[in-house]
Amino acid sequence: MAEITYLQAISDALRTELRRDQRVFLIGEDVGVYGGAFKVSLGFQEEFGPWRVIDAPLAESAIVGGCTGAAMMGMRPVAEMQFADFISCGWDQLVTVAAKQRWRAGTPVPMVVRLPSGGGFSGGPFHSQNPESSFAHIPGLKCVCPATPEDAKGLLISAIEDPSPVLFFEHKHLYRRIKAEVPEERYTTPIGKARTHRAGDDVSVITWGAMVHTADEAAKQLESDGVSVEIVDLRTVMPWDKAAVLESARKTSKVLVLHEDTRTGGFGAEIAATVAEEGFEDLDAPVKRIAAPDTPVPFSPPLEKAFIPQVEDIVAGLRELAEY
Amino acid sequence: MATETAVDVVMPQMGVSVSEGTITRWMKQEGEQVEADETLLEISTDKVDTEVPSPASGTLTQILVQEGETVPVGTKLAQIGGTEIGGTGTGDGAGEAPAPAEPPEPAPGTEAAAPAEQQTAQASEPAAAPETAAAAPAAEPPPARASEAVSGNGKAFVSPVVARIASEHGVDPSRVAGTGRGGRVTKKDILAFVESGGAQQQQQQAAPQAPAQAPAAPPRPAPAPVAPGELLPGEQVEPITAMRRGIADHMRRSIDTAAHVTSAIEVDFTRIVAVRAGLKKEYQAAYGVNPTYLAFVAKATVDTLRDFPYVNGEMRGDSIVTRNFVNLGIAVELQEGKGLIVPVIRNAEAMNLLGLARAISELAGKARNKQLVPDDVQGGTFSITNPGGYGTFHGTPVINQPQSAILGTYALVKRPWVLEDELGNDVIAIRPIMNVTLTYDHRLVDGAYAGRFLFALRERLEGWEGDGG
Repeated sequence: MAEITYLQAISDALRTELRRDQRVFLIGEDVGVYGGAFKVSLGFQEEFGPWRVIDAPLAESAIVGGCTGAAMMGMRPVAEMQFADFISCGWDQLVTVAAKQRWRAGTPVPMVVRLPSGGGFSGGPFHSQNPESSFAHIPGLKCVCPATPEDAKGLLISAIEDPSPVLFFEHKHLYRRIKAEVPEERYTTPIGKARTHRAGDDVSVITWGAMVHTADEAAKQLESDGVSVEIVDLRTVMPWDKAAVLESARKTSKVLVLHEDTRTGGFGAEIAATVAEEGFEDLDAPVKRIAAPDTPVPFSPPLEKAFIPQVEDIVAGLRELAEY
Repeated sequence: MATETAVDVVMPQMGVSVSEGTITRWMKQEGEQVEADETLLEISTDKVDTEVPSPASGTLTQILVQEGETVPVGTKLAQIGGTEIGGTGTGDGAGEAPAPAEPPEPAPGTEAAAPAEQQTAQASEPAAAPETAAAAPAAEPPPARASEAVSGNGKAFVSPVVARIASEHGVDPSRVAGTGRGGRVTKKDILAFVESGGAQQQQQQAAPQAPAQAPAAPPRPAPAPVAPGELLPGEQVEPITAMRRGIADHMRRSIDTAAHVTSAIEVDFTRIVAVRAGLKKEYQAAYGVNPTYLAFVAKATVDTLRDFPYVNGEMRGDSIVTRNFVNLGIAVELQEGKGLIVPVIRNAEAMNLLGLARAISELAGKARNKQLVPDDVQGGTFSITNPGGYGTFHGTPVINQPQSAILGTYALVKRPWVLEDELGNDVIAIRPIMNVTLTYDHRLVDGAYAGRFLFALRERLEGWEGDGG
């Protein structure tokens, strides 16, 4: 197995599906000649031609609307937003048309929208958001947030196969920072199944995306203090693996919900509420949340560091729970 | 901008996803002058090749990363020495660049709460103990350090999972030693307790308490895991402390166990008042000890118990246990109605009046200074409670299990008292009178036996001889 980056794993998945299935095509701003804002589709137009790797105008509503129509007609479109933040321009097409079509008319809408999301590079309020909770709230949409190269590939292939519209939140901070061995052959990772990133006994962290790695750093620090931390990587936020979360809560009885998105109304609130509702008799401490404060993402590096949960914040939160 | 201090040149962030860059060419060499915004070097990254402008004017004092090397974003590449505004003269640049200001480290996780102290809150004088003095954590065998950790009421809070485990295994969580914040019983604590067989021990202890034919008392329900319900206007709520829970359990258990009967006798203290007046100055001066009325009563009681072993005895399973010693419990009220405790004077039968007065005074001091240790409150064979400090003249205390009786002393009151003069005529005199009660377990101690004990005690007190040696 070759060791590849998170970004290469995404490229790999797209290339695999483009080669395998003639119905699959890519569309987005600069995905063709330029190879994508982050070079995910570099060289794709040469291999698959301009009708399968389509440069779109600066119009997210047109990209999402076009994909919705193509999917209804039997194609398997994969759209790229240059930044997840820009999906707001395609909200109506996505939420009003794509998400509801299957319930309205019984038509599957097998489309994927790739959403480079997350902060940590001073991108400021328009290039750093994690808007998964907004879409997790819309019935009919699926939201996938891989944390590892292996999951990025397997989940993207699953997303392309899925008959529903899937939002694929790929974390920019992980693109070239995370490397791992990834099988070269085609495989799928099921949507809706969590993964135990790290097994532990004392406290559970429920998280996804880049925060899996931040939590892992914190867990390593606490290991020397004799605190054993379990990290559950949700992998997909909608549908989410409630059973895995409740099982971990039952095991450790102390739960920290962690995400990079802002706190109020973040998806962590749904998880915390579910643990309180269905796992109440397993709890030995209040369910704790660590998330970004309720502000836009700041440009300033020190402010952004204060905004995005850091290893020290998680260490402190875990310690508080362990000592409770 | 003046740059008195050196300025760092770092690998810039050339794109959202770029994490590292390679230096392709330095445009300036060490020692050369460079102006702000003048191209200093060229770099290559995953996405772009670009020139990097100098962040300041000054001498390039040091190049730290050579051409061809690849380093992460933010790595220090070079250092530029400072110049004055206007660029006259160059700094030597030798000074260390100031470290970039990092936000201060957040404080390390909250430290664990300080270990809770012994539970004895401040105690009042033994002489002021309330009449319900019979209960004490002391009487509990020690499966748990019940005398620990009540600070912050951490121990009183039972988490949902602990409540569930407690109810599944029939364990009283208030008797489990807690290691959580404020002494709270954690899931690990109660699981360890269950695994160590503590649950069975608790159940066995509980078993002999139930009277054989009486309908079995329902097991105490596990503390509700939810907050108490709505309050009516004017009501206030506070959590039950571990001590209050212990007292409540003990009081209820004692009533369920013993057949409580109380007998009272009036004692003329004329002689003791006189003896005490004579001894007081000497005891204070020579020993720093106050010979209290309680000390006199304690001395007379211990001596009388010698002749009434069942009052100092115990029903233990199918047996009756009597002793040739007296471990005398003295009920002590803690401050502001926050509970009570019964410290024990060991081998009180070997003490004279001075010894008992001193022992009572020491226990009161220990209780007041929270210095009582578990041994101080265990192993009592008989107890005295003295709620008379506030003028009450009678009461019916609860027996301190597993003992068989408890003596109550009350207010010493001047009364018109009918006596016989030397000619056999009735006269009325003013005498200091104390009502003394014995509450006894009628299962073991008969009424006449208790009456004879009280009579003998009165004889001893009214006919006090010497200084009580």
